[in-house]
Amino acid sequence: MSNVFAFVETRGTDVRKVGLEAVTAARMLADKLGGGEVHALLLGPPGIAAKASQIGQYGADVIIVVEHAGLANYSPEVATATVADRMKSGGYRAAIFSTSAQGRDLAPRVAARLGVSIVTDVLSFEIEGDSLVVRHPMNIGKVIATIAIAAKPAVIAMRPNVIAPAQNAKAGRVENAQPAIDPASARVKVIETRQGGGGKLDLAEAPVVIAGGRGLKAAENFKMVEDLAAAFGNAAVGATRAVTDDGWRPHSDQIGQTGRLVSPQLYIAVGISGAVQHLAGMRTSNTIVAVNRDKDAPIFKVADYGIVGDVFEVIPALTEAVREAKKHH
Amino acid sequence: MKIAVCVKRVPDMDVRFRIGADNISVDQGGLKFDINDFDAWAVEAALQLKDKNAGSEVTVISLGPDVVQETIRKALSMGADRGIQIKADKVPFDGLAIAKALSAELKTGGYDLILFGKMSPDSSNGVVGPMAAELLGLPCVTAISSLEIANGKGTAKRELEGAQEIVEFPLPAVLTVDEGLNAARLPSLKGIMAAKKKPLQIKPALLAEPQITVRKLELPAERKAGRIVGEGAAAVPELVRLLQTEAKVL
Ligand SMILES: Cc1cc2nc3c(=O)[nH]c(=O)nc-3n(C[C@H](O)[C@H](O)[C@H](O)COP(=O)(O)OP(=O)(O)OC[C@H]3O[C@@H](n4cnc5c(N)ncnc54)[C@H](O)[C@@H]3O)c2cc1C
Ligand SMILES: Nc1ncnc2c1ncn2[C@@H]1O[C@H](COP(=O)(O)O)[C@@H](O)[C@H]1O
Repeated sequence: MSNVFAFVETRGTDVRKVGLEAVTAARMLADKLGGGEVHALLLGPPGIAAKASQIGQYGADVIIVVEHAGLANYSPEVATATVADRMKSGGYRAAIFSTSAQGRDLAPRVAARLGVSIVTDVLSFEIEGDSLVVRHPMNIGKVIATIAIAAKPAVIAMRPNVIAPAQNAKAGRVENAQPAIDPASARVKVIETRQGGGGKLDLAEAPVVIAGGRGLKAAENFKMVEDLAAAFGNAAVGATRAVTDDGWRPHSDQIGQTGRLVSPQLYIAVGISGAVQHLAGMRTSNTIVAVNRDKDAPIFKVADYGIVGDVFEVIPALTEAVREAKKHH
Repeated sequence: MKIAVCVKRVPDMDVRFRIGADNISVDQGGLKFDINDFDAWAVEAALQLKDKNAGSEVTVISLGPDVVQETIRKALSMGADRGIQIKADKVPFDGLAIAKALSAELKTGGYDLILFGKMSPDSSNGVVGPMAAELLGLPCVTAISSLEIANGKGTAKRELEGAQEIVEFPLPAVLTVDEGLNAARLPSLKGIMAAKKKPLQIKPALLAEPQITVRKLELPAERKAGRIVGEGAAAVPELVRLLQTEAKVL
């Protein structure tokens, strides 16, 4: 019983980056368990099967493809029933999900259906004796807990961006399966998925996050932040609650305790004071840069590099310099 | 409508936590406690539905030691009708154990709607609501930021990464509440007085053996002290140099 299950998150016919991270994590865990198989489940509308070979590249031995016309939108009940059924028959030692909006919805339901506990937002894992031992931030990241999971299967949801998707090609044998319940019979129905601004990088997936705060003074000044993001080319734009409360940016852009968790390679805080609730969402970023005109702003305590100055002067200059730097690469 | 709201008493996060001598709990000294924000928004959502639907009743449920009665009273002073304490010496970390104990009570209530917060900041786990929904066999929508209920049916919005879902569901149902749904009302003086007379039942918790145990708590590694690169636009070239050569992110 050393096989590991991975849930591959999709949206429409796209595999999300967190889905590849889950497969990579499952591969790492199966290897720690002495070389068990990774079984990855891919659920979605017609067209999703074409993504199966990609999942094999990331280390899945078996890819269970559940393709159905009724799955154009995420269906919590179909996903729960299908995953739980597969986990019951598969006899897995552990199951890996993602700590994303979809993963947070699905993983606890599956665990409850199997009668086992779950830990979400997992930072790292080890096998110790008979337990899977994980690290999990508590108290909005101000305390880190080491937690032993005795339950079998051990169900965990990984924090996005802590495991880089790694190619580790395996046989990638494809098994086609049916949804465990008819999507038409689900009680809860997602009738629409509205994409916010096509093709933009997601906050949790972007290697660079540029976040703006009240120091930007008005919604239209976010143009400056977007220009800087465009200069990087691989950046997403986030915001503080002060900004989302004022309606300058949608709530989904909010980073912090009650918003999104991000841990990119580079985080640039533009006109952000650095309240604890904001830090809770970004303090695990690799490199933090802050631009603030107040040299005593708390954000400078967590910033690797700070510039004391007016964002209206510094950000356009930085944008220009980043554009130049990218040109010479 | 009969509505239940599960509320948790949580510490204020705006402090430096200390780890207790046992290494597996947070030192409670000097902490301030209040209702979880997400749960306060859930109470507010229930009260708004009660205002719209004459004859509705809002029940507030909290699992924990006697101090959780304060949290229940807070919700009663906002306008909820009655409270139930599911009495346990300690609140375990194991969300399944909590969900089982809460759903044992919830299944006897005949509720049309059962509301949870999306997450409690102390556990930072966000699992009790959907787990309870599964145990109850009820339809469930998590992390909602808008809600409409009419004719025994509901419509809610969920925020995803860079997108939104519009979700329809039948009643009875379980919902978990995200930020943005509403702003919680403050208890009025009259509400606080009235709350003292509202019924608060105490029942023992049926807590299952935990399957997950906290082995150790630690404070996260402090970030290495950073540096101020300089002032104003003049500091930009040096910042860019550091991002290229030291941090290697550009
Ligand atoms: C329960 C709870 C949950 C919360 N959750 C979150 C959350 O998830 N995310 C979040 O972000 N917040 C959250 N908050 C709010 C948080 O406490 C702060 O209020 C918020 O983060 C402040 O946003 P800000 O930094 O944009 O604004 P401010 O604190 O007003 O800071 C603006 C900064 O801009 C600087 N500035 C102004 N003008 C300029 C200029 N021209 N050039 C350079 N710098 C300038 C100022 O010096 C200041 O430091 C929460 C609060 C509570 C109580
Ligand atoms: N001890 C408790 N008593 C009542 N409700 C709780 C308790 N613990 C968690 N909850 C509910 O479950 C939600 C999610 O909590 P958690 O899974 O700990 O993040 C909270 O917002 C509450 O609505």
